[in-house]
Amino acid sequence: MSQWINACDVDDIEQEDVLRFDHAGRTYAIYRAPDDQFYATAGTCTHEKVHLADGLVMDHIIECPKHNGRFDYRSGKALGAPVCVNLQTYPVKLEGGRVWIALADA
Amino acid sequence: MNTAPIIIVGAGHAGGRAALALREQGYAGQLLLIGDEPHLPYERPALSKQLLLDSQPADACHIGSAEQYQTLAIERLSATRVSAIAPAKRQITLHDGRTLPYHQLLLATGGRARQASLPGADLAGVQLLRTLDDAAALRPRLQAGQRLVVVGGGFIGLEVAASARQQGCQVTVLEAGDRLAARALPPLISAKLLALHRARGVEVRLGCQIAAFRGDGSVSAVELADGELLACDTVVVGIGIQPNTELAAAAGLAVGNGIRVDSRLQSSDAHIYAVGDACEFPCPVSGQPQRLETWRNAEEQGRHVARSLLGADDAYAALPWFWSDQFDHSLQLAGQLQAAANCVTRALPDDGLLLFYLDAAERLQGACGWGADNSIARDIKLAEMLIRSGKPLPAAALADPASSLKSLLKGVASV
Ligand code: FES
Repeated sequence: MSQWINACDVDDIEQEDVLRFDHAGRTYAIYRAPDDQFYATAGTCTHEKVHLADGLVMDHIIECPKHNGRFDYRSGKALGAPVCVNLQTYPVKLEGGRVWIALADA
Repeated sequence: MNTAPIIIVGAGHAGGRAALALREQGYAGQLLLIGDEPHLPYERPALSKQLLLDSQPADACHIGSAEQYQTLAIERLSATRVSAIAPAKRQITLHDGRTLPYHQLLLATGGRARQASLPGADLAGVQLLRTLDDAAALRPRLQAGQRLVVVGGGFIGLEVAASARQQGCQVTVLEAGDRLAARALPPLISAKLLALHRARGVEVRLGCQIAAFRGDGSVSAVELADGELLACDTVVVGIGIQPNTELAAAAGLAVGNGIRVDSRLQSSDAHIYAVGDACEFPCPVSGQPQRLETWRNAEEQGRHVARSLLGADDAYAALPWFWSDQFDHSLQLAGQLQAAANCVTRALPDDGLLLFYLDAAERLQGACGWGADNSIARDIKLAEMLIRSGKPLPAAALADPASSLKSLLKGVASV
């Protein structure tokens, strides 16, 4: 089962940018794509535990701030060394000007 | 038909990456990776940080897994030294006298930590830090209350100092020069580093000359040139590395400050290439020979040379880039700072700092950032893209914290 969590305001994230969101002891990254679609992934890189929200978003790619590992944040796909493990992704919906993400119940 | 293998000498970061990349690039022939350590290829950044803080297991540093090398038919000869290369015969000799023929040879021999040439340098407790084994030997010495003296205020020394301090050690850093990491960093960033270390309780002495390490079997003090004795339990010597070029030199290859290669990373022998800390290659911007000891250089040259070995003729063109983590701060540097005509400073919140280096035509040549956590990573990445753009940039916008580098980049792109 998963649960919808009210994560942030739509306006908290600029276009083509990312925001860190911590919830229940875990960390997530929420993205606003250039086309105004929202996405959510695990908050830390799969190479080392580095917060992706410090990285750079270009189009649909988040680049890790540490060794420039790249992921497509829509699918979570790791796009080549040094990252080889995909990012977990989470469903996102917009409601009442808020961004909600669906997290699995712990 | 050619049946001799590609042999990679040196199973560090660059060598390991090259082996994996050769398979990714479709090379299906025999491939042999020879290293003198018992370990899988590994990245070094964690050795002075996570491994000393127990925040990451040693195997998280590995490049590829044993199964991966096996599946990809990359034959690994570990704990094996190469003692000679015979370029004319295209063969190498191993330390046990065996000879192996090669079709192409890649030298990824790296470097070794320089030892201080001082009396007492061979005492127990005087440590170097270059390998996984070095880190494992150092880790148990960094217990709370232990006294550590770090010789050398460069990145390795400072990262060890920060890690040891975080473990509760008493730490003194001795630097001969008048500022920290002077070879790589601009004075403004050196000053930030110094302030942070002092604020966190590291005693830093600049302009400090050491006379000897003292102790009875194991080190108990560092004696300074003026006779002062600093009592300690452990010394870490972090005064740089010596590139392993002897094998190449003995084989008659061109060697300068490293094994000389051209822009494809090919040495003076057409069948031998070199990468990583041991090679000296033409700077993509100035054409001047340079040798870099960075993570990116190992990673990108490892990848690039795989393509060169298979016949690609494009030049290695990655921009120099490195980072260092100190306590909860990090610094990053991209491009070149030396040739710049003008430096623009942007102050960031929480004592962060970005420095932009422009040439006479106002094109960005290099950038350096300092701040909490990874706060400057994004800006340095954007700066890298601005450097690549090669377009003149308004200094006023670079200096203004309110102007986003991303919009600057987009502005440049749309010009
Ligand atoms: S931590 Fe993300 S690429 Fe290394």
